[in-house]
Amino acid sequence: MTDTAREQVAPQTIQVTVDGTPVPAVPGELVIEVAERAGVYIPRFCYHPRMEPVGMCRMCLVEVSGPRGFSLQPACYVRVADGQEVRTSSPKAAKAQEGVLEFLLVNHPLDCPVCDKGGECPLQDQALSHGPGESRFVEEKRHWEKPIEIGPLIHLDRERCIQCARCTRFAAEVAGEALIDFAFRGAHIEVAPFPERPFSSYFSGNTVQICPVGALTAAPYRFRSRPWDLEQVETTCVTCSVGCRVAAQSSAGRLVRYLGIDSEPVNQSWLCDKGRFGYEAVHATNRVTRPLVRRAGELVEARWAEALREVAAGVRQSDQRFGPGGIAVLGGARLTNEDAYAWSKLAKSILRTDHVDAQLGDGLPAELVLGLPRATIDDAVHAKALIVLAPDLREELPVLYLRLRKAAATVPVIECSTVPTALSEVAHVRCGYLPGEAQRLAGALVGDGSIEEIPGADPAEIERARAVLSALSGEGSDAAVGDGVVIVLGRPSLAEDARSIAGAAALLQRALPGARFLSVLRRANVHGALDMGLAPGILPGRVGLEAGRQWFEAAWGELPSDRGRDARGILEAAASGELSMLILLGADPIADFPDAALARHALEQVDLLVAVATHRDASNELAHVVLPVAGADERFGSTTNLEGRVTRLAPKVVPPGVAWPAWSVAAELARTLGNDLGCSSIETLSREISRLAPAHRGIDLDQLSAPERRDGIVAPLAETPVTLLGRRDGTSPRPIDPMATPGIFSVEEQGAPLGAGTALPVGGSGRRASSPEGARPPLLALGGLEALGLGGGAPGRLDAYSFRLVLRRALYDHGTLVQASLSLRGLAGQAVLAANPHVLEQLGVQAGDPVRCKSERGAIEVPIAPDASLARNVVVLTANLDDGANALVDAGSPVTDVRLETLA
Amino acid sequence: MITDAPRIVTSRLGHSDSHTLERYLATGGYEGLRAALARPPAEIREEVDKASLLGRGGAGFPAGRKWSMLRPAEITYLVINGDESEPATFKDHLLIERDPHQVIEGTIIAAYALGVAQAFIFCRGEFALGLERLSQAVNEAYAHGALGRNIFGSGWSLDLVIHPGAGAYICGEETALLESLEGKRGFPRIKPPYFPAAIGLYGAPTVVNNIETMSNLPWIVRNGGAAFAALGQGSSTGTRLFALSGRVERPGWYELEMSKTTFADLIMDPSLGGGVKDGHDLKAFIPGGVSAPWFGPEHLSLGLDQDAVAKQGSMLGSGSVVVMDDTTCAVRAAWRITRFFYRESCGQCTPCREGSGWLEKILRRIEEGAGREADLDLLMDACDNIAPGVSWPPQQTTICVLGPSIPSSIASGIRMFRDEFLLHVKEGGCPMRDAR
Ligand SMILES: Cc1cc2nc3c(=O)[nH]c(=O)nc-3n(C[C@H](O)[C@H](O)[C@H](O)COP(=O)(O)O)c2cc1C
Ligand code: SF4
Ligand code: SF4
Ligand code: SF4
Ligand code: FES
Repeated sequence: MTDTAREQVAPQTIQVTVDGTPVPAVPGELVIEVAERAGVYIPRFCYHPRMEPVGMCRMCLVEVSGPRGFSLQPACYVRVADGQEVRTSSPKAAKAQEGVLEFLLVNHPLDCPVCDKGGECPLQDQALSHGPGESRFVEEKRHWEKPIEIGPLIHLDRERCIQCARCTRFAAEVAGEALIDFAFRGAHIEVAPFPERPFSSYFSGNTVQICPVGALTAAPYRFRSRPWDLEQVETTCVTCSVGCRVAAQSSAGRLVRYLGIDSEPVNQSWLCDKGRFGYEAVHATNRVTRPLVRRAGELVEARWAEALREVAAGVRQSDQRFGPGGIAVLGGARLTNEDAYAWSKLAKSILRTDHVDAQLGDGLPAELVLGLPRATIDDAVHAKALIVLAPDLREELPVLYLRLRKAAATVPVIECSTVPTALSEVAHVRCGYLPGEAQRLAGALVGDGSIEEIPGADPAEIERARAVLSALSGEGSDAAVGDGVVIVLGRPSLAEDARSIAGAAALLQRALPGARFLSVLRRANVHGALDMGLAPGILPGRVGLEAGRQWFEAAWGELPSDRGRDARGILEAAASGELSMLILLGADPIADFPDAALARHALEQVDLLVAVATHRDASNELAHVVLPVAGADERFGSTTNLEGRVTRLAPKVVPPGVAWPAWSVAAELARTLGNDLGCSSIETLSREISRLAPAHRGIDLDQLSAPERRDGIVAPLAETPVTLLGRRDGTSPRPIDPMATPGIFSVEEQGAPLGAGTALPVGGSGRRASSPEGARPPLLALGGLEALGLGGGAPGRLDAYSFRLVLRRALYDHGTLVQASLSLRGLAGQAVLAANPHVLEQLGVQAGDPVRCKSERGAIEVPIAPDASLARNVVVLTANLDDGANALVDAGSPVTDVRLETLA
Repeated sequence: MITDAPRIVTSRLGHSDSHTLERYLATGGYEGLRAALARPPAEIREEVDKASLLGRGGAGFPAGRKWSMLRPAEITYLVINGDESEPATFKDHLLIERDPHQVIEGTIIAAYALGVAQAFIFCRGEFALGLERLSQAVNEAYAHGALGRNIFGSGWSLDLVIHPGAGAYICGEETALLESLEGKRGFPRIKPPYFPAAIGLYGAPTVVNNIETMSNLPWIVRNGGAAFAALGQGSSTGTRLFALSGRVERPGWYELEMSKTTFADLIMDPSLGGGVKDGHDLKAFIPGGVSAPWFGPEHLSLGLDQDAVAKQGSMLGSGSVVVMDDTTCAVRAAWRITRFFYRESCGQCTPCREGSGWLEKILRRIEEGAGREADLDLLMDACDNIAPGVSWPPQQTTICVLGPSIPSSIASGIRMFRDEFLLHVKEGGCPMRDAR
């Protein structure tokens, strides 16, 4: 139905009668949907609005009129026809429903008092509403060992299973990995993983969310709470930049569960397991709870005032030594928009430095991300063709992967990747390439340059990709070339310099001016941080430093005179003693910057290293001052996902110790410096963003607070007309469906999210800061490759003894968040170096043997693993596992080539 | 009346080597195919239509009509159902084991008539000898030029694959069979789509026919549809192979002219069933397999006629007739049949998966002496929740008709032998316990 509703042409409507009430319907709609619209609830178990109907459980039987009179039909499977009459509670329908419910209870253990689902259970609820009053079953029930662990996060109680196949269908249909299926037959049918293969999927938690009984339970939640003890807010997952909508639930002041909310344009109710269970990190023991300052080489607890004075002294010292350019700010991609704005304002107008970068050399140039025409996820899944030049999305942006995977059934997908990814399986064309050749490959795709002799690429595949693209250009002559094409753009390998990808993107844009881009940078609010100006040469609202100078100087005061350095530049400058002070905004460059040696050296060199942090990590271990801030589920504010969609965050628990919101750290630091940031509350900040930042004009927390803005608002708002819902079809977001996702209490029931009532009315008295004179500065637009100043950077030839390194990411790694989540930390894989089996043969080593992998920058020892899908001249390492693979990367070079040695 | 109708599908079974190619060729084998290939496919379809050949798999749908429903498409399939797994049904078993070439020739003729280039025979996995002989016969047919490229020089080609089942009765249901053939779980498909002829194997239009249905085709082509239709009466034309079992003197298979022959002939005639075992009295009989409602002695005079049996509220079904005499316990019979369905339910639909087990437990409890009077109403009501109205043909709350077949024996038992059920309750067990 979701797809039909998107059609722009007004669909033909028919009349259906549900329990005597006429209802207009669209041909093809399911009876259950039409009835629901008419306010008639039909009981159900197997039906899930996000999966194909199967009509298995028979709970939804209703009487439907047909050519041969009325017959009992499953409402979840039958599609409406004109003039059809539906009786949902006639004696016959009611008896059938009661009968099915009684049958379901026949073997059900009814151990509700010890069942996680008790109190929010569709079986309980529907037994009450549509079941017989009492049981006539006096026989012995079916017994099974309970519960069994079917995967690292999932337990299964087969006695409670009602065989609805929601879980197995999710695995096969949505996640694309049928790791669980039915085994045996009839009354003995059971959900089971395959022998020797646990149900370890990045999406396994969804099966728990949609199980209509307590058969599937999640290890992190089991027995933690009862539904009636739960409190809930609606917020956004800030684990990655997809920004899935979630219900965050707590019990006794601790987070205990995340459930995916059905946000039509974003996650459509699904979550990945990292996002779903990552809340455990909030209560981790390595949280920073009090300010820390270094005394006699040790970090010791201090009061806020003392710590801030220490930072202020550092600022003054830096100013004396270097003038305004002696300070740099790294990170900020995990802050809220308001935090990021406050820090951007502090850095650029008070510290007067433009050495600011929210990315850690692992992303793409800010001008590129902000300047390219943007696509939404919906644009991508309805594109005429998708070009994916990105890392393995299942590892980095799991729910985006689910959406694109589904889209591949109808949209031709051209994947450009150095090594196969999860998406390759469903891609129509996969163009491989040797790291460093992305720009040439892109040129070949759009007919700019030869398709022959691009290292690592197969000319036949390029031909196929070109055929897909040229088939499109035939359509509609007045449309721009590339209209309807969406390019998913990210950093395929951390060991391939961003310049090559930026060059590729610029080429694609020039050849396909109608194409739009979906940026797949990974960290939760990296797009918000860039939007708020946490990047060199950028001001809030996607404005360039020079273009926005007049506007922002009028509002903020004097700005830095020149464009600053990016992350690599900052670290290089620090390492060579050209910086006095470095502020880390929740960033851990030692773990995340592709060149670990450079990062460590830089951090050790500065006079004052300040870390604004939620958790202790490798980088803030070196800091002189550590300032504790509120993290996920502890803050008000908003976040911006990879589409530019702004959604509201809501706190569910209080920050530990004396942690502050990051924006108030910026405000207090300004005050300590004898300045005023002009923001006294999250609301004033939000209104200032809405007023000053051009791309975020008209978007503030008041707007985002209404329950019908569950889907957020995509920035920038169109000039006219304004669709605040961010939905193309203009319909309002789906109501919470307790049968699709048991356990979410609806917002309507809850009232508006916390804090919503404190906001001032839209456009109200929020005029405390003066509004600048003159025209609003224009949004950044990408002028082309040259404008980026990026050209060149072509890799050297790979010599015959070397391998080109691909440095990928894995969903579960040794990053701070995963390691702070008890349930997830053990899921990080073992570090291996993957190579073609031929390479192992040549080296004379077996799978699992350690080898030495050496680059110009460093060397590591790591077990080798054969992977026949790889070319013979590349090797693959995974960033941020325990092997320190990022020590190999030379951030200054277009690619990293390595040699392998045996350790005999 | 026992007629002198020709034996159409069992003509060769008197020979001990009936399964060999030599015997087959010596007794008119593959002549039907040669004759068919000499005519356009449409004419063959016409002959079959004229023969008014009813499907022999259970539903009794006219083969010619089914063929005419095949949606024209580039790829179409023919699938032959040889999964025969219902208790007391053993006619396809016989045809596969004793005359495999006849099955194959019929299949080739049907494929030719339908313009299909790939056919499958899905054969019950437990038919070890049958599978061996069927496979052997397929190889021989290829060698003989009756299968493969350019069959008998006609320019037309067909491939035939034998697929062994994996031990599930439900895979005899045609859509479960197709799923199984595709390598999936044997779950019947939900309707719509209503017919495999529209969307069948791998989504392509597919005709599914029974083994015995195929076995009739060589004769029909050789003798003409009219000759076939001249046998029997009304819509029940030709002969049919009946499997007789239970309390009779001479259980076994009998090919009889339809409609004109009666149940009394089949069960009682000395040349056929030879009467109820040991001179006992007939108590009841099942006219068409364990899915069918039971008949009493008053129905003996009924002809072996699809419509006549249907009119009396049962079916000829799979052509297996089971005889119960006065030593047969009605409760036990219903329980054993229900236990079969309980074990064979695929488990998709709640009413069938859970209902079958519940009914089985209640029946066993009654048989074992722990029954309650209220159990009778409970049984009937639970049956009603699987097949609303508990009538025949059944309405259903399920995906396929296995579920609604479960009530047949239970409702028959209770309706015909209520006192016997109550006696079990009163006496705390089976009154016939000692007679066995
Ligand atoms: C539960 C169930 C089991 C069945 N088993 C068989 C079987 O073993 N053999 C068979 O030919 N048909 C069986 N059928 C009938 C088939 O679904 C189908 O109607 C038949 O194969 C069509 O062939 P026909 O038209 O030649 O009769 C079964 C049906 C059901 C519902
Ligand atoms: S485990 Fe839950 S979701 Fe899966 S089949 Fe059983 S009841 Fe349905
Ligand atoms: S895909 Fe990203 S936003 Fe969605 S649940 Fe996973 S981590 Fe959270
Ligand atoms: S009625 Fe029984 S056998 Fe048929 S599909 Fe349903 S559960 Fe399976
Ligand atoms: S059959 Fe419709 S909800 Fe299960």
